[in-house]
Amino acid sequence: MTAWQTKLTETFGDACKFETFRDNIRCDVRTERFLEVMKNLRAQGFDLLLDVTGIDYLHYPKAADRYGVVYSLVNTESGERAYIKVRLNDPDPAVPSVYSIWKGCDWMERETYDMFGIVFEGHPDLRRILMPEEFTSFPLRKDYPLRGRGERHNFPTVLRSDG
Amino acid sequence: MPLAPAAQYPIDADETPDHEYLYTLNFGPQHPATHTTLRLILTLDGETIVKAVPDIGYLHSGFEKLGEDLDYNQYVTIVDRMNYISPICNEIAWHHSVEKLMGLELTPRCKYIRTIIAELARISDHLLCVGAAALDLGGITAFLYAFNMREKIYNIFERMAGQRFHPSYTRVGGLMFDVDDGWVSLIRTFIKDEFPKAHTDVARLLNRNKIFIDRTKGVGVLTKEEAINRSASGPVARASGVVRDVRKEEPYLAYKDLDFQVICGTGGDCASRYLVRMGEMNESAKIISQAVENIPSGPINIDVEDKLTVPDKSSTYRSIEGLIQHFELFMWNRRWKPPVNECYGATEAPNGELGFYLVSDGDGKAYRAKTRPPSFIHFSLFPHLIEGHAIGDVPAVLGSLNIIAAELDR
Repeated sequence: MTAWQTKLTETFGDACKFETFRDNIRCDVRTERFLEVMKNLRAQGFDLLLDVTGIDYLHYPKAADRYGVVYSLVNTESGERAYIKVRLNDPDPAVPSVYSIWKGCDWMERETYDMFGIVFEGHPDLRRILMPEEFTSFPLRKDYPLRGRGERHNFPTVLRSDG
Repeated sequence: MPLAPAAQYPIDADETPDHEYLYTLNFGPQHPATHTTLRLILTLDGETIVKAVPDIGYLHSGFEKLGEDLDYNQYVTIVDRMNYISPICNEIAWHHSVEKLMGLELTPRCKYIRTIIAELARISDHLLCVGAAALDLGGITAFLYAFNMREKIYNIFERMAGQRFHPSYTRVGGLMFDVDDGWVSLIRTFIKDEFPKAHTDVARLLNRNKIFIDRTKGVGVLTKEEAINRSASGPVARASGVVRDVRKEEPYLAYKDLDFQVICGTGGDCASRYLVRMGEMNESAKIISQAVENIPSGPINIDVEDKLTVPDKSSTYRSIEGLIQHFELFMWNRRWKPPVNECYGATEAPNGELGFYLVSDGDGKAYRAKTRPPSFIHFSLFPHLIEGHAIGDVPAVLGSLNIIAAELDR
């Protein structure tokens, strides 16, 4: 166990579950303690938020929860990495935004919202980022078909005569 | 499904009569200084930018959705098209993550070849970035010298993979083909004669160029704290004094055996980012010149017995084992059987940390292939960097961040 793992276990008990695969140390956090855990990690020196990954576990073998959000953190002093994961479920998958801790999460959380419909509570500007504003689905969910639902063929057309 | 009518944009609450002198300028999506397709909505007070709102997604083509449909070898052709200025680095990053997921250890020869091509791609990326930054600020000569040198790198890639722009050269557990002696001598000439000359030319044109320095020094300053807090990586972070390079911290490929330095700046401005890139090119050349003289002999792919690499054509056609394995890896219901787990593998791409978060459900294709695109993160810094500067500084800041829209939107 690394120092930060020990510290998290001491502070949060069984709200944090650890798993190691290759060199990745992943910590499964219960949603209600999530923000506290992130603040704790920031205080322990994990100052760089590298990435926010959304995952839809709809067809995943033996998955109990629908969505996962993984935060990749780096301690720039020691070079350690940590992967913090929260699991969310329908009908309203929501997780507190970490914007108050890392400003870099701005667009990453917007992208995750755009692709999965996961709401980041407290995010200052949670809009769609890659898909157009009027798009109604969340394309990276597993129930969204690869070829789309015909949106490309139904773009509103502006004719010269309408002008 | 028909689309809902476009949401009406609410009128900005700031637009009270007091602020009527502010006006809005639409920059892009088609603008020579953006180089690719991205749009900025700038609120101006005279020439000064009060607020900048990037609007991206014009090139979004669902790469990550495709990554869930294509197998571990097929997706490399899509990954190529993310940062198309240094496609090889994307391929290496992708297969680095895949191999980490599967727990493969590459052969020494493969490691060295991948290192060499990654560094060549880094030189080619930085050359374009530096050249285009100069071009946007009015220095077309430096751009021509830099761009000319990229042709030589393309020749090297063509010799090795048969394709100049998108080589799609890496494979799970190895490479598509082995390299030959002609390739090695091309690289030797490039590193000894062609590249240093071009690098000196560009440096002489720009380093002490009054116009270039005036336009870049003190423009778009990113402090060290902000760089870390806003998730910057690569040359952008290093120019702000963040000493962090994945090649040094978690040496992958052959970087452990090679002697090079991490180039850092302290200014955090556009000039500093330019100088870091110029320095990194020299370090890359140093890495290549060491690696190219020490390429180990031996196979490029991991052992065929592992049943993870595509056998070469001669063994597919001439031996039953090769034929069976070829079928095993190409039939839809067979292919790879990686562990049911997830992992993140990171590499140092020219633009910053490029990694893939892979989730596998044990099938031959990824369940989820999340890219960590440096351009996307760096473009989110842009409003922070540009606010308070004049409109003429937009090309300077954009050029120094090296935003590649295909990687930005994926």
